[in-house]
Amino acid sequence: MNQKVYDGRVVTKSVPKKDALSLAMGKPMYTDDKEFRNLAHVKMLYSPHALADIEEIDTTDAEKLQGVLSVLTHKNCSQVLHTSAGQGYPEPSPYDTRLFNRRVKYVGDRIAAVVAETSKIAEQALDLIKVKYKVFEPVFDHDKAMGHKTVIHNEGEAKYIIPVFYDASKNHASHLDANVGDLEKGFKEADVVVEKTVRNHYGQHCPLEPHISIAYIDDYDRLVVRTSTQVPFHTRRILAQILEIPLKQIRVIKPRIGGGFGTKQELITDPIVASFAWELKRPVKYELTRKEEFISARTRHPMTTYFKAGVKKDGTITAMDMEVTSNTGAYGSHALTVLSNTGSKTLPLYHCENIRFVGDTVYTNLPVAGAYRGYGATQAALAMEIVIDDLAEAINMDPAKFRLMNHIKEGETSPIFKALGEGTEGVEQTVDSVGLSECIKQGAERIDWYNREENKKTKSTKTKKRGYGMVCLMQGSSIPYVDMAAGYAKLNEDGSFNLLVGATDIGTGSDTILAQIFAEGLAIDASDVLVISSDTDTTPFDTGAYASSTTYLTGQACVNLANKIKDQLTDYAAKLLNLPRDELILENKTVIHKQSGKKISFSEIGTKSYYSEHQTQIGAVASELSRKSPPPFAAHFAEVEVDIETGRVKVIRYVIGVDCGTPINPKLVIGQSEGALVNGISYALSEQYFFNEKGRMLNPSFGNYKIMTTIDLPEIETIIVPTFEPSGPWGAKSVAEVNINGPMPCISNAIYDAIGVRITEPPFTPDRVLKAIKEHSKE
Amino acid sequence: MSLLLKVKINGVEKKIEIQPNEILIDVLRREGYKGVKRGCNEGTCGTCTIIFNEKTVKSCIMLAAQAQNGTITTIEGIGTHEKPHPIQEAFVEAGVVQCGFCIPGMILSAKNLLDNNPNPTKAEVKMALDGNLCRCTGYRGQIEAVLKAAAVIRGEK
Repeated sequence: MNQKVYDGRVVTKSVPKKDALSLAMGKPMYTDDKEFRNLAHVKMLYSPHALADIEEIDTTDAEKLQGVLSVLTHKNCSQVLHTSAGQGYPEPSPYDTRLFNRRVKYVGDRIAAVVAETSKIAEQALDLIKVKYKVFEPVFDHDKAMGHKTVIHNEGEAKYIIPVFYDASKNHASHLDANVGDLEKGFKEADVVVEKTVRNHYGQHCPLEPHISIAYIDDYDRLVVRTSTQVPFHTRRILAQILEIPLKQIRVIKPRIGGGFGTKQELITDPIVASFAWELKRPVKYELTRKEEFISARTRHPMTTYFKAGVKKDGTITAMDMEVTSNTGAYGSHALTVLSNTGSKTLPLYHCENIRFVGDTVYTNLPVAGAYRGYGATQAALAMEIVIDDLAEAINMDPAKFRLMNHIKEGETSPIFKALGEGTEGVEQTVDSVGLSECIKQGAERIDWYNREENKKTKSTKTKKRGYGMVCLMQGSSIPYVDMAAGYAKLNEDGSFNLLVGATDIGTGSDTILAQIFAEGLAIDASDVLVISSDTDTTPFDTGAYASSTTYLTGQACVNLANKIKDQLTDYAAKLLNLPRDELILENKTVIHKQSGKKISFSEIGTKSYYSEHQTQIGAVASELSRKSPPPFAAHFAEVEVDIETGRVKVIRYVIGVDCGTPINPKLVIGQSEGALVNGISYALSEQYFFNEKGRMLNPSFGNYKIMTTIDLPEIETIIVPTFEPSGPWGAKSVAEVNINGPMPCISNAIYDAIGVRITEPPFTPDRVLKAIKEHSKE
Repeated sequence: MSLLLKVKINGVEKKIEIQPNEILIDVLRREGYKGVKRGCNEGTCGTCTIIFNEKTVKSCIMLAAQAQNGTITTIEGIGTHEKPHPIQEAFVEAGVVQCGFCIPGMILSAKNLLDNNPNPTKAEVKMALDGNLCRCTGYRGQIEAVLKAAAVIRGEK
């Protein structure tokens, strides 16, 4: 491990999150908390069919209802083909939807939107819309969707705007393959070969604040969209595209956001309010209900993942083969890039020279998948980390020691980095900070890994069996040669700085993190930095809050920015003090000449530069283009108890070791890690979509879609293992996503350890576990 | 037909004109108590939690008229920037306010617990916060923050 660890003055300190106190006071900071006079309200009519053509739609009666202002359907909406995925341009997702489509493709697809004086009137108007459908036989099973006789997107228009494979006539939304080395030779060299097919399930992000947007026309006749988004700049661009109005006519403002986790990297409510506000010239609000959030927002891509690997008796992995079928639902949001990440964010983790990856994404008539924290790595880790355990068992090696031996080490590379990128070829890179061995060692110690056989015996009863599992994980930090981020800062008279960033704090704490990174470079405190983020009129560009990019990428932009301003401060002080600039240093909000003891404070520079001497604005803009995507790493350890009578799996303890480079703000690192972890445990144990035979989700509420609460928690411990990433801001990498990937395979491994039954299809609910136990005892 | 709702909110006597079928969350938000959040509108997420007559209730499943002559505490009533409530201070200090959307409700649940039980066990804190969903943090820090705030209120820290 790289021994260099950065010990900062402002970074590596848990300074209070900038918005924490105001949020804890309940200040009106979210999209819906600002009052608008004359606000109109939207309600949506959804398809009751999983696949149907709208033969007729009559909105006359709805339009006549007093208080109804307008109705949008496929007949009068924008006809621009686009993707709802809020990605960079050109988007790597298929253009396969209009705002409303004549052919509706899942239960929850949009039929019509009504805007009215009140939401009650809008809701009443929905009942007055008459629709005649021609219903078709839908496709639900993603393993049978490719080449199915039912063609979901049969309009013949859908396409990618980048040169990649696409065949809508076969329900085939994307395809990827990558080959390195010689797979056949690799399997021949193996002493043992293990293969498994696993299936993960539908799951939803469940941000506590549902999607919400408010659009209005400002005094200059421009369209302003105040919206709960992770991607304000992409939103502006895509709104201009859909509405066919000049980009300069649109301003997107991101207030505080009540969580995103990927689902708000998607334009859902935004184009609806924008269309209506532009038409009516009055403020319009559209807020999803929790039910709409489940049925019509975005979900995690369910996948079938086949993984086969070979190993020699000495522990050398000789071949790895991964085949993925991903279900994107009715539309192809993130279809290609989530698929590529299933391979690119898992396969580099272990040494292996012979690797094959084949992936296909298919359309089905089920809810639309999209970006979700983990982004494919969650799905693939389930398959890979189960097989890694099986390999270790097959050669009689401890799973922790097997992983210690095989995981990628500092200075090494993986051929996968080049072979698999973000939907296309990737970027070659070495990994220059790897704390994974230390994560494994410390985690193993905390859970008492090497005494687990004894602990199992003493803690198990006749019906309640203890077991231990572990996994290793990686992710990335930003998308190389795609993501760009920028910051702008200016000095004030009191020595404080305004820092304006496009980076999108959705609750992650990025405003605070970026203030710390900037402050570190200028010898000031984080409290001297006043942050404004994510307003397309006032802040510089940023791709947004996704791909674990903000700390790493926008953070480096803020380092660059601090360097520029440091130069300006030094130049100014040199002029004022009449001293050589290279003898000046920054210390404690002052420019100092150590030799003479002469100095000038930032506040004096601020005041003089504004009003009296060598007058100029001290301030700069700086940006950063991502050139690599250094992986954060994690090792997870779980202790579970399986009740063999009821099938109930209880996670007793969960220990994680996390390497995110320099932890810029350790408390926020823990928050990100444990938040992702608990979301992952919840998805592994209880969260699931139930569909009826018509494709309707049966449990779209928190009452019936069970996410973990305080009383469900295991005992959790997070160990931060600092490393130094040379390409990151003060050595930092990302941490947002990696820890959501662990719980499914880790708990599966622990269940296997407890009762010898291998369960590969989460969620590990009592009924599924009991069924698996029964099937196992038959064998 | 409208009703006149007489209710004490955060220590202030209020007379608010309401409709008989109005839900309490809608009235509170209309009156400017924006700290009352709407996360599910069906009583399951806890973001709209308020303290009503010394009990926590979900204001999205209570008629406003049911609050007649009652006492309500919302997040706006329990601390200021100059003088935050110890629970608010503990949450900030512990770094457990992420997106913040669940926090007002969670703080009110915690406050109601500590008002009635100044020295709770960890299990009692977990039980008191059980009705407040959070998707950002993983809860551990918040549970510890409530225990810490309890010690501060008891004058031990």
